[in-house]
Amino acid sequence: MAEYFAMGGYADFVWPAYGITALVTLGLIVWSVRAHRAVKARIATLEANNGTARP
Amino acid sequence: MAKSLQRFANPARFMALSGAVLPWAAAATALTLSVGLYLALVASPPDYQQGETVRMMYVHVPSAWLASAGYASMALACAVGLIWRHPLAFASAKAMAPLGAAFTFLALVTGSLWGKPMWGAYWVWDARLTSVLVLFFIYLGYIALWEVIEDFGRAARATSVFCLAGAVNLPVIRFSVDWWNTLHQPASVARLDGPAIHSSILTPLLVMALGFTLLLLVLTLFRTRTEIMERRAASLEMQQAQAGMTVRAQNG
Repeated sequence: MAEYFAMGGYADFVWPAYGITALVTLGLIVWSVRAHRAVKARIATLEANNGTARP
Repeated sequence: MAKSLQRFANPARFMALSGAVLPWAAAATALTLSVGLYLALVASPPDYQQGETVRMMYVHVPSAWLASAGYASMALACAVGLIWRHPLAFASAKAMAPLGAAFTFLALVTGSLWGKPMWGAYWVWDARLTSVLVLFFIYLGYIALWEVIEDFGRAARATSVFCLAGAVNLPVIRFSVDWWNTLHQPASVARLDGPAIHSSILTPLLVMALGFTLLLLVLTLFRTRTEIMERRAASLEMQQAQAGMTVRAQNG
């Protein structure tokens, strides 16, 4: 197991490469989901306003 | 053909279709990436020359492919938007830009991590590396241009022209390894005489590339939906502001 994580002496390069890739892709997903939820909430508020504002 | 494309380009239809496709596409992406990671990190052997460092290729090469392919799709969407004046095309290009920029960033960072043990340096001002760095800045310029122009129509046209002009960098990236004496190795998969890579290494690479491509597609669809909803929110806000003004005008 330790030998596997050592990556033939290249652990310092291999693992950071995978780490940054995971971080950036997960970050993109979280960021995109948050933006989607925010605009959904904005539309819900605006539509509720529309209902009350119009006679 | 044009008619069916136009039907697809209707925002309401797009929302319905993409909403139906997204859960399945997301599941396929997760599955492909899991298999890809297993092949890349566990099942594949070390390279006979590069040893374990070859595992960096499975994240570096797909990122780099998508950096360019993402830009090419964006440029295509911009061209479609400019020619047929369709907001959906502009919205999808806008949705794709941060994704392409992120993959370009990953290609640069993972390449740098791979360069250190193989070439002895994290960075060299080699034609391939430099042209990809330029691509990264073009992405950032495109994103920044969307931010500074407030009106959607004007921003869409300006950013699209910018995007199409930036596309001249794509062939420079592709052929940089042939045109100049670069430290970066030439193409070994997309070659006229077929891939020059052993299948034990080619298979994980292609699975990872498929996974990355699916991820880009899924996030593009999802973010295009968000963008369409942003437009709807903006028009609702405009309506309410105008309604407010008429009410004030009548009362006054």
